Amino acid sequence: MSTRAVEAWTLEPLKRFVSEAAARLVLLMTPAGQVMAQHGFSRAVDVMSAAALGTAIMASTTEIAKQMHQPPFAALTHQGERHGIFLAGLSTNRGTIVALVVYDVDVSSVGLVQLFYEQLAADLQAASPKEGVPKQVLAADFERQLSESLNTLFGR
Amino acid sequence: MTAAGFGRALDLVTRVRGVRGAMLVSAADGLVVADQLMEGIKGPAVAALAGSLASRLGRAMTAAGVGESVFWHLQGSGGALLVVPAASGILVVAVAEPEVNVGLVRLELLRAAEAVA
Repeated sequence: MSTRAVEAWTLEPLKRFVSEAAARLVLLMTPAGQVMAQHGFSRAVDVMSAAALGTAIMASTTEIAKQMHQPPFAALTHQGERHGIFLAGLSTNRGTIVALVVYDVDVSSVGLVQLFYEQLAADLQAASPKEGVPKQVLAADFERQLSESLNTLFGR
Repeated sequence: MTAAGFGRALDLVTRVRGVRGAMLVSAADGLVVADQLMEGIKGPAVAALAGSLASRLGRAMTAAGVGESVFWHLQGSGGALLVVPAASGILVVAVAEPEVNVGLVRLELLRAAEAVA
């Protein structure tokens, strides 16, 4: 299974997390759904769908928390028969990152994923560059940047 | 079972001299159900790793044809981890000092496991 990153500083923390938490699929993305790194996905269409759905869930739960006058939920977990899903946001010097993790319940557990997610959050915070601001994505550049990102994520 | 019931089950284990903490852990999830731990013990980390270990040990024991695990004792240089799986899918975990009376802790872990089953 390959691990690839558009933002190079996310690669090592992600590789470490995948190995320790025995995650099957991982997606690191901005709250807008822009993918920063991925592990385990083999098709671009799956990454785009997962990113869109993951960030939509985060947006919905954040809004529910707001309606309840609560701070945003720290994490959301769903355990299925064979796979579990863990979705959470973390802070870095480059802003908030949303992490979507899918694990096999035979190999890992929500406890393990939570445990090593805390380490991932700390590693990403430490690795994120302090200087400079992320480039603003303009509509005119969007298609090109998306293609470049997908090429990087799938090694084309 | 109520939270008070879980507390009473853990009391059985923590009253043994040399036990630094006891926990009830959901074996499948690796999450803490209830705990009584001394400061400095990372409960969620112990729970997650004990849950993972239980799953792997279970598979190893099944493969070896020796049935289900009843008690495990992991001795480290600075202490010991003692675990009894309960019938309800809960692990009763004790974190103890190296010189703890293992036989007594085992007995109390088994009693606690019966109480939470």
